[in-house]
Amino acid sequence: MGMAAEPQFHVLAVDDSLFDRKLIERLLQKASCQVTTVDSGYKALEFLGLREGVESNDPDAVSTSPEIHQEVEVNLIITDYCMPGMTGYDLLKKVKESSAFKNMPVVIMSSENVPARISRCLEEGAEEFFLKPVRLADLNKLKPLMMKTKLKKQKLEEIEKTSKDENGTVAAVEPEVKILPLQSELEPKQVHLQVVQEEQTLSSNKRKSMEEGLSTDRSRPRFEGITTAV
Amino acid sequence: MLGLGVDRLQADINRLLTSLFHQGVLDEQFLQLQQLQDDTSPTFVYDVINIYFDESEKLLRSLRLLLMDREFSDYKKIGLHLNQLVGSSSSIGARRVRNVCVAFRSASELNNRPGCLRGLEVVEHEYHYLKNMMHELFQLEQQRLLAAGVRYPM
Repeated sequence: MGMAAEPQFHVLAVDDSLFDRKLIERLLQKASCQVTTVDSGYKALEFLGLREGVESNDPDAVSTSPEIHQEVEVNLIITDYCMPGMTGYDLLKKVKESSAFKNMPVVIMSSENVPARISRCLEEGAEEFFLKPVRLADLNKLKPLMMKTKLKKQKLEEIEKTSKDENGTVAAVEPEVKILPLQSELEPKQVHLQVVQEEQTLSSNKRKSMEEGLSTDRSRPRFEGITTAV
Repeated sequence: MLGLGVDRLQADINRLLTSLFHQGVLDEQFLQLQQLQDDTSPTFVYDVINIYFDESEKLLRSLRLLLMDREFSDYKKIGLHLNQLVGSSSSIGARRVRNVCVAFRSASELNNRPGCLRGLEVVEHEYHYLKNMMHELFQLEQQRLLAAGVRYPM
């Protein structure tokens, strides 16, 4: 067990506080992830190759950046909510509005438990909202999500490659991406089921505050696109 | 003789930590922090707590300057500074510091200047107590490492 020497996932962590960056970096390393930390939403967008909504791979866009950005392999973005200039919410919106990264999982962190804020982020497409202090158990829960996104991406790339190689005479195979049963466990309203797996029972207070902030019959438009063919 | 040194120091460390937990100075989040330290990051707790000290002292100085100003009215700024202090104190398990920051923040939300001044004094007191305790802890751990190091020459 635990024989993988190479981290499977690369996480981009965004926080304006040096203290919080140090903490989240260590947590992610401990969760066997490769980590890149940046101190602002702007730098996060730069790292991804997005500049204020202008995508570097958009042929019609006038790019002001002289550098050609290689696509970086990032499996998850985790960002603080309260940041000067571009907030975590603003960053979330920009990422979800981009065609290149709209399926990139984004997790928001905050030390304030504001139900309206939590709802707003989740409705904008954030996968999770963590109250600080973030725990190792919280990050480990993100792994199935990152794995699914990574696998889907790989499958799509394979299909693109296949249809390019075969002069259009073979129909593209429909990607059958199964939705893993674990997905439902990521819903915050059901997270109380996770409590027994938590090392510290006191961390459940964080989850409870999320539950209180969300109506149980709210449906989240998450992953609805996955089962349809590309 | 050397073995006794390590054991004795470890007992001192345990006793100090137990006392801090009982006093409510630290909570179980501090243990979470310790669990993040390992051979790949052997000074993590020391490093991150020192960053906490640097950032907290900047915030405390700023708070004092703001409140000492007779023309002061920027309670929002005080609130923002306190949000940071509450967050980082929670993250290292500094329970008492966090709690007195929350109380101070309540005074700032009511635009209560005398309440803020009192709040700041209490926070400064708790913060310095924590800092002294952490320094004592780090010293004991340093001594223990040295004592253990002599037993296992590299």
